Amino acid sequence: MAIKVVQRRPLSLAERTYLPQILAGLKVTWDNLRRPPVTLQYPDERPTIPQGYRGVPTLVRDPHGREKCVSCQLCEFVCPPKAIRITPGEISETAENTHVEKAPKEFEINMLRCIYCGLCQEVCPEEAIWLQSQYSMTGTSRESMVNNKARLYELGGTLPDSHYKWDKKKAEAEKQAGGHH
Amino acid sequence: MEQILNNLVLSPAWYYTAARGLLVIVVLMSIAAYSVLLERKASAWIQGRIGPNRTSHPVVAWIPFLGTFLMKGGFIQPAADGLKFLFKEDALPGHVRKITYILAPCIALAPALIALVMLPFGELPNGKIITLCPGADVGVLFMFAISSLGVYGIALAGWSANSKYPFLGAVRGSAQLISYELAMGLSVLTVFLATATPQENNALSLVSMVKAQTGAWNVFMHPIAALIFLICIFAEANRHPFDMPESETDLVGGFHTEYGAFKFGLFFVAEYSHMVIGSSLFILMFLGGWHILPWVPTIGTGVVASLLGLAAFFIKLAAFLFFFVWVRWTVPRFRYDQVMRIGWRVLLPVAVANLIVYFLWYALKG
Repeated sequence: MAIKVVQRRPLSLAERTYLPQILAGLKVTWDNLRRPPVTLQYPDERPTIPQGYRGVPTLVRDPHGREKCVSCQLCEFVCPPKAIRITPGEISETAENTHVEKAPKEFEINMLRCIYCGLCQEVCPEEAIWLQSQYSMTGTSRESMVNNKARLYELGGTLPDSHYKWDKKKAEAEKQAGGHH
Repeated sequence: MEQILNNLVLSPAWYYTAARGLLVIVVLMSIAAYSVLLERKASAWIQGRIGPNRTSHPVVAWIPFLGTFLMKGGFIQPAADGLKFLFKEDALPGHVRKITYILAPCIALAPALIALVMLPFGELPNGKIITLCPGADVGVLFMFAISSLGVYGIALAGWSANSKYPFLGAVRGSAQLISYELAMGLSVLTVFLATATPQENNALSLVSMVKAQTGAWNVFMHPIAALIFLICIFAEANRHPFDMPESETDLVGGFHTEYGAFKFGLFFVAEYSHMVIGSSLFILMFLGGWHILPWVPTIGTGVVASLLGLAAFFIKLAAFLFFFVWVRWTVPRFRYDQVMRIGWRVLLPVAVANLIVYFLWYALKG
């Protein structure tokens, strides 16, 4: 591309006095002044959260009400600020979704450490942990900023599931056991 | 009504004098406080925001319609700000020069209050002038002399803070004041040439200046002088684009970096008081003082005319304060060398040339 040399024109007398420029600037600010404000009055008005927003990490259930997390602890390992603490637990023989792998006995996310990076969601093989639309976390103590399992499920709710992987596994396991269950 | 006004303005009894002084100080202080609110609101509007709209008081909020209006308009914000300044911990840094450090805010504010003495606000039906110091014939000189003393507050603050940013701010402030004071004085001289008659001995009084503007206002007769004076009062009040002593971006907070709480509040009020004084001077000398419209001497008669004139003065003052704010949020700060260049190489020569032209014109006219 050819180089275009722009002539630097000397300033005219009007420009050197600054005054027309200042008047033009005053006009700009005056026009701005007459525009309505764009402020969102935050606690009174809430922003609309777009789809795919990465807010507070939560745990979700599938539409049958089964908790999706199998406490594989991948999120705990991947978490850069080490905000997640999982205590794995077995599922008792008598529970409805036995034969499913495992479930967390306790699941804690420390929101004072969480950096909202979303790696836990990305790494989860069960799509059990989701960063959802909750964006405002407040508390009056350090303890209240640690989300326990119950709170995480309360925040997460239910997300749709298309393949019900563990329902199939369970059916298969029960068939192999000869309908014994 | 007329009798009360007369007494309040003219009576030499000590209680009337005290009431006068108190009234003027209260009015100036609330104008200064509310120009802070104006600053915050207008800057918010210019930037597409709303500005202070939350501060209220249970008693005020209880008033049905007015309460909401006062809250949304931020009218209680200045009181909240003042209280905050008053009750904050007033820390005394260990490295400052104590006496001057404490004295500086007072020295900054006092000239602004003293200069008020000479300000005429309006005219009574019997031709007497509403002012704290009636009959003083050196009005303008006194105003210039006293109001430029305010820079001592800035210089002392910068020096006593014993740290480099306040010191730089103080040095810049003093240099700027000296540079612009010259052009300011010269620009006003042309106006005096026009309005003062040699035989009279109150040639320098602001009152005779306003009276000379019964017809055309000076801003139409002396546009160049008015422009120079306007630029100079921006510089004298240390307002954008000439806020050299403060320059938050390059000097942290400038001369008041080391100040907090009520001492900072005093500097703040002093700055806005200087704005009020500068605006009043401009209005009295160029915008016809208490005349309502150019070429219209008075509207109404008697008390009505006096009150309308008083209102005209304060409306002009409010408009001018808004202009200060408007310019601040429009024009970025000049560099220090640009400030000096404008002052010495542009304003001063133009003021001198303007003076000579008017001088020759009057001389030839005879």
